[in-house]
Amino acid sequence: MSEFAPPVKERLLRTPLYDLHLELGGKMVPFAGYEMPVHYPSGILKEHQQTRNLAGLFDVSHMGQVKLSGSRAAAAMEGIVPVDVIDLAVNCQRYALFTNDDGGILDDLMITNAGGHLFVVVNAACKEQDIAHMRRHLSGDCDIEPLNDRALLALQGPAAGEVMASLAPESRRLVFMTAARLSLAGADCFVTRSGYTGEDGFEISVAADRAEAVARELLAYEQVAPVGLGARDSLRLEAGLCLYGHDIDGSTTPVEASLLWAIQKVRRAGGAREAGFPGADVILEQIATGVSRRRVGIRPQSKLPVREGSELLDSAGNRVGTVTSGGFGPTVGAPVAMGYVDIAHSKLDTGLQAIVRGKPHPVRVAKTPFVEQHYYRG
Amino acid sequence: MSNIPTELKYAKSHEWVRDEGDGTVFVGITDHAQEQLGDLVFVELPEVGETLTAGSECAVVESVKAASDIYSPVSGEVVAVNQTLEDAPETVNEDAYGDGWLFRVEISDESDIDELMDADAYAGFIESEAH
Repeated sequence: MSEFAPPVKERLLRTPLYDLHLELGGKMVPFAGYEMPVHYPSGILKEHQQTRNLAGLFDVSHMGQVKLSGSRAAAAMEGIVPVDVIDLAVNCQRYALFTNDDGGILDDLMITNAGGHLFVVVNAACKEQDIAHMRRHLSGDCDIEPLNDRALLALQGPAAGEVMASLAPESRRLVFMTAARLSLAGADCFVTRSGYTGEDGFEISVAADRAEAVARELLAYEQVAPVGLGARDSLRLEAGLCLYGHDIDGSTTPVEASLLWAIQKVRRAGGAREAGFPGADVILEQIATGVSRRRVGIRPQSKLPVREGSELLDSAGNRVGTVTSGGFGPTVGAPVAMGYVDIAHSKLDTGLQAIVRGKPHPVRVAKTPFVEQHYYRG
Repeated sequence: MSNIPTELKYAKSHEWVRDEGDGTVFVGITDHAQEQLGDLVFVELPEVGETLTAGSECAVVESVKAASDIYSPVSGEVVAVNQTLEDAPETVNEDAYGDGWLFRVEISDESDIDELMDADAYAGFIESEAH
């Protein structure tokens, strides 16, 4: 056997919950410059099911939290994302993308209108360049404050709502993609009803020195167990959600990535604030005339997992695509994947061959998400 | 601490070998290996009749996270594979040294077995790998 996870050697950062992870038996691995738990003693499969059946608590403090203050913050942000930020109501959250001049994706992010400011969450591996990017483009219009002293926890799963309501009854008012300031375990938290699993749930921003108290309070509920990055990945894959650096990157546009839903009409051709973001010419042209490849869901037809990097061939043996994420879907009970295929092969149920260890295996283009979403919409 | 039966021999790539005394051996992965890999979701085994060379890749075990190569600890011909793993790969996690065996080989060179570690040596090897 080979390919054990590499030992943690280089100088890695730790989140405010590091000691708690060790106490809970987390297997720590390097991820995006941090020492993070890939799983706890129960293992990825059980942690995945725990989140689908009850509730999982994730430490996502490695992600970047940034506060954008100033009356022109929303308008300025619209200059770097193809998203409607100006009309985002107070306490509402929206998925967004930083684009480059070629229409590619620099990162995906969440923007919340927190009233007096915008609260932005970006990917851990991209946060330094994202902050530099925002400073470069937004500095004249707003204050950009990385919230390095805050932790971020995610409570995800069908029991998340009742657990949260028992700690903070006002949380009942929250629906998917809305936010509120709540007091949890005596700590002032900024909470959004959102996540990265396809389940109902919350993301909780809290001062670093109060994070462990909040985490312990949540873990004290019998419905809640800690969940590591391994299950976070299998959960988001089943939910059909993109992982930056894999399913989307600087060479994939939002249209190719099947993320057109993230670009509101007001930013598209004919909209009141059309274009005005990097790569708008490319992206709006693609919306008008189509793309040559597209991100699709893929269902292997056998039990063999088809993973990132597998080539996809048509029946004649021509290369027509590549898998960008793939693995076993514990809730689906079968392997699931996603990837880019030439548009001619992107229709649902198109049969293709995935090359795994040199051999072709039949797969089909499938709809995503692979599991039903359970977002709470009131 | 993982389970390391004294009657087995071990390879540095974390496979175990059980000598049946009739010119054949059973091969599997160690308890330590299955612990490190986590829940297995797929096992790809060699074909019966295939000729294996000691130290070469001959099977793949896949966890939720990743695929890992299995190396044959001995040379010889595959005479049986554990077909129950096709539907129940988790058997390797549950019973690594028993029902979770991978394949059986008719060995071509008995001395391959002498090259392998005994339980004490393997315990020491795991210890040294951890530091």
